[in-house]
Amino acid sequence: MEILMSIVVGVLFMTATYLMLSKSLLRIIVGTGLLSHGAHLLILTMGGLKRGAAPLLGENAESYTDPLPQALILTAIVISFGVTAFFLVLAYRAYKELGTDNIEQMRGTESNE
Amino acid sequence: MSLLHLAIVAPLIFAILVPFFYKSFRRIHTGWFVLPLPILLFIYFFSFISTTKSKEVVMKTLDWIPTLGINFTAKVDGLGLLFALLITGIGALVVLYSIYYLSKGKEKLHNFYVYLLLFMGAMLGVVLSDNLIVMYAFWELTSFSSFLLIGYWYHREKSRYGAQKSMLITVFGGLSMLGGIILLYLMTGSFSISEIITQADVIVTSPLFIPALICILLGAFTKSAQFPFHIWLPDAMEAPTPVSAYLHSATMVKAGIYLVARLTPVFAVDGLWLWLVASFGIFTLFWGSFSAVKQTDLKSILAFSTVSQLGLIMSLLGVGAASLHYVGLDDNLYVVATTAAIFHLINHATFKGSLFMVVGIVDHETGTRDIRKLGGLLHFMPITFTLAMIGAFSMAGLPPFNGFLSKEMFFTGMLRVLEMDFFSFDSFAILFPILAWVASVFTFIYSMILVFKTFTGKYQPEKLEKKPHEAPLGMLISPIILASLVIIIFFFPNSLLSDNLISPALSSILPSLLTDEEGFMVHIYQWHGFNPELFMTLGVIAVGVLLYLTLPKWRRVYDLFPENLTLNRFYDGAVNRAQTGSFKFTKSFMNGSIRSYLVYIFTFFIVILATALFYKNAFKVDTTNLASIGVYEVLLALLIMIGAVSILFAKTRLSQIILLGSVGYTVSLFYVLFRAPDLALTQLVIESVSVALFLVCFYHLPKLRREETRIRFKLTNAIISVGVGAIVTLIALSAHSNKFFSSISQYYIENTYEKAAGKNMVNVILVDFRGFDTLFEITVLAIASLGIYGMIKLRLARREED
Repeated sequence: MEILMSIVVGVLFMTATYLMLSKSLLRIIVGTGLLSHGAHLLILTMGGLKRGAAPLLGENAESYTDPLPQALILTAIVISFGVTAFFLVLAYRAYKELGTDNIEQMRGTESNE
Repeated sequence: MSLLHLAIVAPLIFAILVPFFYKSFRRIHTGWFVLPLPILLFIYFFSFISTTKSKEVVMKTLDWIPTLGINFTAKVDGLGLLFALLITGIGALVVLYSIYYLSKGKEKLHNFYVYLLLFMGAMLGVVLSDNLIVMYAFWELTSFSSFLLIGYWYHREKSRYGAQKSMLITVFGGLSMLGGIILLYLMTGSFSISEIITQADVIVTSPLFIPALICILLGAFTKSAQFPFHIWLPDAMEAPTPVSAYLHSATMVKAGIYLVARLTPVFAVDGLWLWLVASFGIFTLFWGSFSAVKQTDLKSILAFSTVSQLGLIMSLLGVGAASLHYVGLDDNLYVVATTAAIFHLINHATFKGSLFMVVGIVDHETGTRDIRKLGGLLHFMPITFTLAMIGAFSMAGLPPFNGFLSKEMFFTGMLRVLEMDFFSFDSFAILFPILAWVASVFTFIYSMILVFKTFTGKYQPEKLEKKPHEAPLGMLISPIILASLVIIIFFFPNSLLSDNLISPALSSILPSLLTDEEGFMVHIYQWHGFNPELFMTLGVIAVGVLLYLTLPKWRRVYDLFPENLTLNRFYDGAVNRAQTGSFKFTKSFMNGSIRSYLVYIFTFFIVILATALFYKNAFKVDTTNLASIGVYEVLLALLIMIGAVSILFAKTRLSQIILLGSVGYTVSLFYVLFRAPDLALTQLVIESVSVALFLVCFYHLPKLRREETRIRFKLTNAIISVGVGAIVTLIALSAHSNKFFSSISQYYIENTYEKAAGKNMVNVILVDFRGFDTLFEITVLAIASLGIYGMIKLRLARREED
């Protein structure tokens, strides 16, 4: 299962990279979204998959899934959500001010610095 | 802190006070406050003469950085004292001269004297430091203060150019010297010159010997304006004339000479040192005198003449070092060369200092330094003419002036090269006396030009800005003192100099030659009898007079040198090319496009990780410790991959956003399958909010330019992204297969209830075991929301502009 998940993560990273190399600001943000999904799944996979019950003591199981990666991912999800939201509004404002979402047109040059 | 240390740093301390004098006593020329200091220092250093005469060395140490072996060790021996006397003596005369030269009302005198005192202190530090690092620090301070002084009239383009040029070249040399010092330290474990000299035999066998030698010589050659680094000196003539007289003829340019003389006991054991020092010196002598003849500006003539005289001293030091190879001979042939070097060093300081001052007077009283405009000043300035004549005749090597004596000794030294029989000197040794003789002829010619083109010939009042008249007495005092020294030294060289200054200096340069307590017996003769040297001098005069009289006829020789093939052109080209080249280089990759930067980053990521994986043989797949695969997982994996890939092909923004949402929901389904209920919950909620945000931001945007296109295919992008994906997969697989220790989570599982009173392990970790993470994650959210609020609400700058 870990091999399959590694491949899934690889595909997510691949598509994310491809999107981030494109010109449209929206695609770049979509790319970062995919990248964070990939990273979260990677953490989960590296922690080991499906070894025991969900990390709730009420289950009274023999063994539990590792709770630590889950806590880490939860933190990461929230942070990436905050950053994505900020980035989105930034893109929105940039779009409104500059009238474009093509980052090639947002280039800074020597003259206007 | 001893009195000696205080004397060295006194100019630096005094420099702090100068602006106060300047501001408080506007009616008195600031120079008068400065003048007592160099005089006092001169008297103080003069009192050391009896000490060094008996070959005693005064050493005083002041701890600076003892743990690194860097201490401010002041050492007064013959060589250091000679330089210290030159620095303070000529310093006093220059300050006196500058009081009359620089006007009280028009000039920023406080700047001038602060820089000058900085320089004086730095120079004293260079010649009296025994520690190489301390010497290097003072050395750079001389470069720095020279830079400030050359750029004193900073509103002039040429001053700034000259200052920058001298800074670049001398600092280049200074840094290379620092390299040499560090190499010396690596070889000997000491920064102290005295200790390094005692280990000379260790150094010469070390593989670092040659690099250290070359680095040190680069420092000396750049500072002392040796070919091809002499180009900064003529441009440094943009400085006020007192500065040119002081720094660029008598003191700073001799710092390189000092360095060579000081380290002769260390490096001269190897023939390479002699060869380099002597050859570069003799060629600089020739080139400087040759170039001086074609100059039309008085100060340029003097600049090139300084270059050439420095070459003379340098070549003498090179040849003189040969004496170390003939230890044991009673009649040491080559000591005379070193003696001549020291003697000429003193002579050059006297006549060149007075010549610069004379030129300054001419400039000051007529408003020009161009010899094509000058002429016939003899009747207006008889005293100045006399001074110029004394200085120039001494420079040309005529009796009864001190230049004659050192020039004769110089010829002796050069003729002795013919007898040198090692390090392939024998094959081209004949070049040395020939070049020396030719250079002396040119020296004679430009000395004559200097005097006679300025003071005799036709008086051209229409070309002069001012009506010429004799300079005020105060301005004449300093050159008169120097010029009288020129004559006095000729008549009494032995009683004045040889035992008091030259012999102690010699014993510092060639310490190993002295077997017992005796010093070098230096005797300078005015009359050698009819020997080759005398005939060479007579030849110089005869040919020199002839060539001077026929100057207009052969002047065209200089046109043979192509205009754009000079060293200055080369320097300017190199500086320009360095600027445009680095600009172009930066432009070529810093193109402002985010995509390019991401390409660099991702490419680096792929390359570095792939190389590490490959070289460390880290890649392996371990299939023993894997979870089972179920139908649901395969389906979800397919779903998420299809979702992700189809974003690439989605045409509209809406479909991209929806596909991203579908990936997010699939991820949360994964969390369900992999038994992470809290994650699944959070992921679901956050994905919904994110998708909503995406929609708000981009679906309801004003339809500015809605040409919805599919992402354009680019091969490089595809290769890079496939590479990134592949690397991540490979690393994930290898990491999973290389588990070195088990998880620490057993502790959390066991203690969640016992110690933290909770049953949901993830939540307990978040708020109890690792609550700090959560605190700052909350902070992140708070900052993000404040930032978003700010971005939407605050639009000050733009709105006001509109």
